Amino acid sequence: MDWVALRLSLELAGLTVLLLLPIGIALGRFLAYRAMRGKEILEALVALPLVLPPTVFGYYLLVAFGAASPLGRAWQALFDRPLVFTFEGLLLASVIFNLPFAVQPMQRAFEAIAPDLRAAAACCGMSPWRVLLRIELPLAWPGILTALVLAFAHTLGEFGIVLMVGGAIPGETETIAIAIYDRVQAFDDRAAAQMAMFLLVFSLATIAVTFFASRRVGRRLG
Amino acid sequence: MRGLEVELEQAAPIPLAARLACAPGELAALVGPSGSGKTTILRTIAGLYAPARGRVAVDGTVWLDTAARIAVPPHRRRVGLVFQSYALFPHMSALENVAAAMGDRPRAERAARARELLRLVHLDGLEARKPAELSGGQQQRVAVARALAREPAVLLLDEPFSAVDRATRERLYREIAELRRVLSMPVVLVTHDLEEAMLLADRLTVLHRGRTLQTGTPLEVTTRPASPEVARLVDLANLFEGRIAGFEPARALTRLDWRGRLLEVRGPAPASVGTAVTWIVPDGFVILHRRDRPSRGEYENPIPGRIEQMLALGQTARLTLRPDHAPELPIRFSVPLHVARRNGIEPGVAATVSLLDEGIHLMAPPAADDRSARGEGRQDGAQDAGQDREQGPRARERRAR
Repeated sequence: MDWVALRLSLELAGLTVLLLLPIGIALGRFLAYRAMRGKEILEALVALPLVLPPTVFGYYLLVAFGAASPLGRAWQALFDRPLVFTFEGLLLASVIFNLPFAVQPMQRAFEAIAPDLRAAAACCGMSPWRVLLRIELPLAWPGILTALVLAFAHTLGEFGIVLMVGGAIPGETETIAIAIYDRVQAFDDRAAAQMAMFLLVFSLATIAVTFFASRRVGRRLG
Repeated sequence: MRGLEVELEQAAPIPLAARLACAPGELAALVGPSGSGKTTILRTIAGLYAPARGRVAVDGTVWLDTAARIAVPPHRRRVGLVFQSYALFPHMSALENVAAAMGDRPRAERAARARELLRLVHLDGLEARKPAELSGGQQQRVAVARALAREPAVLLLDEPFSAVDRATRERLYREIAELRRVLSMPVVLVTHDLEEAMLLADRLTVLHRGRTLQTGTPLEVTTRPASPEVARLVDLANLFEGRIAGFEPARALTRLDWRGRLLEVRGPAPASVGTAVTWIVPDGFVILHRRDRPSRGEYENPIPGRIEQMLALGQTARLTLRPDHAPELPIRFSVPLHVARRNGIEPGVAATVSLLDEGIHLMAPPAADDRSARGEGRQDGAQDAGQDREQGPRARERRAR
């Protein structure tokens, strides 16, 4: 059992979800409520990670994060360390490739709120912020929770992009999915089986707990 | 200026040319077929819709003035809006729904005040229920209580009775009428149901394709419609074409030629002799002659004909008479059922009715500039219709001379 890789995976997934919560709410809400030209293009961009092969996506991220790119150079100047093959780079890549898993369920959840409810909230004297906190978030919560769980589980399992952007540096960018592959390559079947089983049980438990929780929230909302 | 003033004007996407005024404590009904722009006007007052040009002011406070680039957002307008769908917050109890509109009240007072409002709409005891656990009528009352919770400067009701059954609706009518005695703000009701508007409103505004065609008391609008268009929109019976045949200044009587039959109409003519006009005679001004002993017939526009249909509705008989001189133009009127029985009224019998001269209302044809059709200059209909029946620009010109 590679505890270092497991811990790194959990950290990566947890931080990804934490960052995606505000980003997903902002982007999902924007796509749900704002009428604008070219919205389809933005939606297509968000959905791109779903259809692009991970190696292709990882390649472009690698180019975009590299020392030759403006982003890579700016990062190097700011933090005095590169963006590729680091945990920070991996986290940024993880946020980007998880966008569709987080944004789409949130967008659907916001779309499902009747427009009259938001209008009624405004007519009750609630500012847009209060409408978000008191009406939209409580009603969209099951969708938001689903989005976060999907993103969490997907981060634990992502392989191709992680390998391309992060390499497999133990303690820095080697996640549990990569560690399993590593063990299999080294004919260490026992360690691979242990870690695979752990990931299976852990994922199943997380998803089951979420479904249970969102059903209870749904019932409370009546 | 106290009360609500609204003026809207735009060509697209929804054409609007509307004016509306509502004094404190007054209930103004906006009536029109679906798609006539009623709800858009209501949403504009609330700030949920932004028209191209318009002005909305309540008690002198300007909420919208496109010319001065003023547009107060909905949450800063003191407005109570009851939505057609009620739009109750599903995750909150009845009490929480009402308290949710009390953001500017100290937290400690909210629950007590919300309880008070729920008692006002007869919902005490149901404070903890979620909207899904309430009936349609109960949900509507929560919506009314929530709309009042903000102590609104204007109360807006968007088809609030359309989603409940008939019995509940009757009860809610009574409650709204009762509630109005304790409310001091202008109330605007949007409805497609004319009967509902007649029952509840002090003033009625008829709307068609975004234009306000006439404003007046329910009685004025239904007996003195500003135009044939209004008469059709409020579904008035006995709408006919005729021609001005003469005017007797001494008796202040206009003679109307209806398919060769001369009718006398009280009041001056709305147009010159020979002009084609549209006219109506409302149900209440059609009097059935006693069949055994005809009387007063000579002076009261007698119309002999044949009864075609008799529909008994409760204690009222609705009759259709086909006049002998124009059988293709049936006159519809109603009499108490016992009157119909005593006179031996049944389909096929001959009968004569009088069209009372003060009930016949003549509508001048639209003038070239189309002002009468647009209802401009008729905004003051509530004041002048009582003393003066003349309408349309031509009539005004005649008076000026």
